Amino acid sequence: MKLTVLLLEGPYNHEASDSAWNLIQAAREAGHEIRGVFLYHDGVYNVNAKIDPPQDDRHIANRWSELGAQGVDVVVCIAAAKRRGMVDELLVPNTRISGLGQLAKMVIESDRLVVFGD
Amino acid sequence: MLHTVNKSPFSHSGLETCLRFAGEGDVILLLEDGVLAAVSDTSRSALIEEALKTIPVYAIDADVQARGLEKLIDGVKLASYADFVALLEGHVSQAWL
Amino acid sequence: MSDTKKVMITVRKAPHGAIYVHEAIEVMFIVASYGMDLSVVFIDDAVFALKGGQDTRALGIKGFMASIGALVDFEVEKVYVDRQSMQDRNLTEVDLVFIGEDEDTEEQVKPKVLDSEAIRALMLEQDSIISL
Repeated sequence: MKLTVLLLEGPYNHEASDSAWNLIQAAREAGHEIRGVFLYHDGVYNVNAKIDPPQDDRHIANRWSELGAQGVDVVVCIAAAKRRGMVDELLVPNTRISGLGQLAKMVIESDRLVVFGD
Repeated sequence: MLHTVNKSPFSHSGLETCLRFAGEGDVILLLEDGVLAAVSDTSRSALIEEALKTIPVYAIDADVQARGLEKLIDGVKLASYADFVALLEGHVSQAWL
Repeated sequence: MSDTKKVMITVRKAPHGAIYVHEAIEVMFIVASYGMDLSVVFIDDAVFALKGGQDTRALGIKGFMASIGALVDFEVEKVYVDRQSMQDRNLTEVDLVFIGEDEDTEEQVKPKVLDSEAIRALMLEQDSIISL
């Protein structure tokens, strides 16, 4: 199964980011392909490199960066990003800003879409 | 269809609305605060009890565990994230946020 | 093209109290432009997004009403509203705004009000549902 994940809420404030992460881990362990992760609404905050959580808790932005480093396309919507001040310089490595067209492409190119939000 | 419900039935109407659109052949997956709908003998238990008559209902085990929930409605099945993945393979999903 | 994906966008949150509806409309325009067979369904509080008379100027918020009036013009033609959601909120078809002009008849069109069974049937036809 080629899976696209749409994440609509920011890190820590809502569980959505964690649910998305846990689902992606399970999907990859089962041998499925993650076609892409698209961050929309406050979801754009997930890849903010300035995130600095307590040492003994999960580092959400770094997790998405690691996923990107493993070849998964982690995309931040430019329109949503601009509204929220998430500029290129703020992104963790291996993630990118692009248009809503990338979400359309991901949906076209995958078998399933799953949405996490509030 | 796989219906995912992530908000509490005590504070949100997502589950109630979901049940108007869910039918035979579908599956309901409770996750995050949505697992609160699976607790037995609450003022909202009737929602899931009614759904169970025609539709399988799952609750993400990690979310149930996180909330220390023990008394679940009879018939609700605990699901791992691996089970969630398997459900996605077989169904188009709609998230009732 | 037999491979044309059927995609539905569901919108359920109230307009203006959060940005969800406004940003959902942006998704509608893009998805429609990618040649997918798009249906959009407004359920629960989102039905208020299609109500006439909305005016956000006193709030100092730009709002999205102009976009709602141009949905059909931007190829977002299959726009549906949940009847039960409207009834629960004391809204009728008269309250709904026009969402653009029909290409053939050149008449202004409104979203189509559907029962939950009809919406469910539509959902079951989809390849993907973008839940916003």
